[in-house]
Amino acid sequence: MPSEKSVIALDGARKHFGAVRALDGVDFHVAPGECIGLVGHNGAGKSTLVNILNGGLSLDEGTIRISGEPVDAYSVSRARQAGVRCVFQELSLCPNLTIVENVRIAHRDLGRSAWRKNAETLIRDQLGKVFPGHTIRTSELVGNLSIAERQMVEIAIAFLEISNPVKLVILDEPTSSLDAVLANKMLAYVRQFVAEGGAVVFISHILDEVLEIADRIFVMKDGKAVVDSTASKFDVASLVQAMGSVVRENERRDTTTNAGEVAIALRNGSLQAHRGEIVGLAGLSGHGQTDALVRLYLENTGDWRSHRNNQVAFVAGDRSVDGVLPLWSILRNMSLTLLPDLTRRFFVDVARERELGKLWRERIAIRTDDMQNDILSLSGGNQQKVLFARALASPAPVVLMDDPMRGVDVGTKQDVYSMLREEAGKGRTFIWYSTEMDEVRQCDRVYVFSEGAIAAEFAGEDVTEENIIRASFKEAAA
Amino acid sequence: MNNVTLLFHKPWIWSFIAVLSAWVATIIFTGGLGGAGLAQAALTFAAFSVIVGIGQMFVITLGPGNIDLSIPATMTLSATLALKFMNTDGALVLPGLLIALGVGLAVGTANFGLIKLLKIPPIIATLSSSFLIQSTAIWSNRGLRIKPPEVLTDFTTSSVLGVPNVALLSFVLAVAAYFILMRSLFGRWVLAIGQNMRAARLAGVPVDGVRFSTYVLCGVLAAVAGFFLASFSGGAALNMGTEYLLTSIAVVVIGGSSVAGGNSNVPGIWGASLFLFLVVSMLNTFGVGAGVRLIMTGLIIIAVITLAGGRKSMK
Repeated sequence: MPSEKSVIALDGARKHFGAVRALDGVDFHVAPGECIGLVGHNGAGKSTLVNILNGGLSLDEGTIRISGEPVDAYSVSRARQAGVRCVFQELSLCPNLTIVENVRIAHRDLGRSAWRKNAETLIRDQLGKVFPGHTIRTSELVGNLSIAERQMVEIAIAFLEISNPVKLVILDEPTSSLDAVLANKMLAYVRQFVAEGGAVVFISHILDEVLEIADRIFVMKDGKAVVDSTASKFDVASLVQAMGSVVRENERRDTTTNAGEVAIALRNGSLQAHRGEIVGLAGLSGHGQTDALVRLYLENTGDWRSHRNNQVAFVAGDRSVDGVLPLWSILRNMSLTLLPDLTRRFFVDVARERELGKLWRERIAIRTDDMQNDILSLSGGNQQKVLFARALASPAPVVLMDDPMRGVDVGTKQDVYSMLREEAGKGRTFIWYSTEMDEVRQCDRVYVFSEGAIAAEFAGEDVTEENIIRASFKEAAA
Repeated sequence: MNNVTLLFHKPWIWSFIAVLSAWVATIIFTGGLGGAGLAQAALTFAAFSVIVGIGQMFVITLGPGNIDLSIPATMTLSATLALKFMNTDGALVLPGLLIALGVGLAVGTANFGLIKLLKIPPIIATLSSSFLIQSTAIWSNRGLRIKPPEVLTDFTTSSVLGVPNVALLSFVLAVAAYFILMRSLFGRWVLAIGQNMRAARLAGVPVDGVRFSTYVLCGVLAAVAGFFLASFSGGAALNMGTEYLLTSIAVVVIGGSSVAGGNSNVPGIWGASLFLFLVVSMLNTFGVGAGVRLIMTGLIIIAVITLAGGRKSMK
């Protein structure tokens, strides 16, 4: 075994949460100069493994060795000392502080009086290295950044090297909010970092990306390692198979756009969708797609009475800000939108609510043994499924989706895609912002956003990657 | 056994344990005398705190920043206008009550109007509206104590089977509040807004309608409390509501509701209201001076909250 050289090595790692075996005897070794692609379904144990590696969780059983030395009391500070850094799936910057101040939180070794200046220079250089040509101002409040920019800053902070060397960077869904251009810049930087002897654990549900960047693939399923071998042996299909789901081709829908009835439109008329249509919002991330969706939602629902709020449903992408109610159970989170329909004479019909929860737990495979569990007990991808169920279970004829597939695994994505097609066939309308080209291509009609406005519109056969990319960059090139 | 453990996970259980301890400590000191009388007094005085506490609880549940400081002034104004209208005539009790309710409705509407239209934070909006309300009361009252009709005095000071009428009334209100908060659509919406207002709005909750109704509910409950308190204590006085400002907030917090919103409970309001009364009478029975009594009250409240809070985070 190459364990003597390992940056970090786990052996026989076990971690239980109640009855759930999140990690069930996993051996995980990371060598310097290696990029490991960590894949698996939602709830397969990836996040738990990451939290063990960064010291956030302690093992129930098993050993941790750093550079070959066994460590007893492994912790977050010990991990940082060992040069282990982590970019979390749930973005973890403080929104009320500036970028520079957030750098100070992550890095204590910036000096005493001159830290602000030091941090400013360091983060500007680092952002420039990872994302050449970015336009982020380092004195900006994090709360004013788009979700893509926040993710960029977080990645840059993780790679920032000040006094002790960065040996291992764990990237948990780093590209989920980035568009293709930014993602490629980041991948190039990761490649360079690995070539210089750094180690990276790369977690993503976008399998092309994993195969492109990783030297070794580590597949998890139900808390166990099912595959641990060189990446070159795999293609997307065999990887999906290894994860335990069947590959399905993304078949295009027959474009049955009945250009008659308009189901929903923005008040200024710039965007509209017909009954039974799947309309995509594309373009580089953070160019006004989310704003358009939110405006569309607020214009068509009421602040005062709920009687017309069942005409439109919203699936949040920025879960913690727009979607999840953190104190509630899974069931209550799921039922919120259609609650008026579950209410008889002022009171909620709890029996019907529970029945519905059971139905949707099976339909969309939410990984929990009890829908009464806290929503936060679910992994990120499973929380996203709950938000999906919230919208799809409601009777709303129009569903707005704000890049909702962040952190959702391939199997579920396929299920949701076919559910969308089926529902659209029945006359439901979907407006779908996505940063993934695969998803945009499934739409009947696509609006491409640039600089906060609609730059182009494509329908049917014209919805191609080439057209969309060209339209996204038209403004920038001009 | 299992049910007992479950009970100990309820955030409100600690206020009731505290109530029982204070009550037992007092009657041990008096040698078993006056236990029933003490319980009756506690029920009576707690009844008024419970009514205003429920209103404040709904408002606090709406989430960070939501609070109603206009409760004392609303109590005074509703009592003043209603009692003045009735002019000790027992036949006018019903219209008098309607006037009190109308005051509560108007105050709630005005409060939310300030918050929504002028975008003033609730703490400032309700503070400034309370000056306006109090001034109206002063103008109408002119410093006199306005007497209630005899029927009302009799009703508020008598009991059924040893339980004070006002306690029964406030018990009924508490049960209604429990079902509204825990079982109704409106209650769900209030709890959702308290956790994340933007997410609630994007899930279809009519946020403004719910917040408006909540502030109105709080105003109406304050008005009801003022109406019966004035009848109980022999008339409407300008300072009658003063102590209920802090009490209304304290009973919510001691009762185990989250100050950050989104997580509240009704039983705790009863526990905390009884407790606040019993602590003071316990210390009075022990014969401690006023200064020591205040310090002790503060320390005991801190102890109860720490105990309850510590339990919660252990879970």
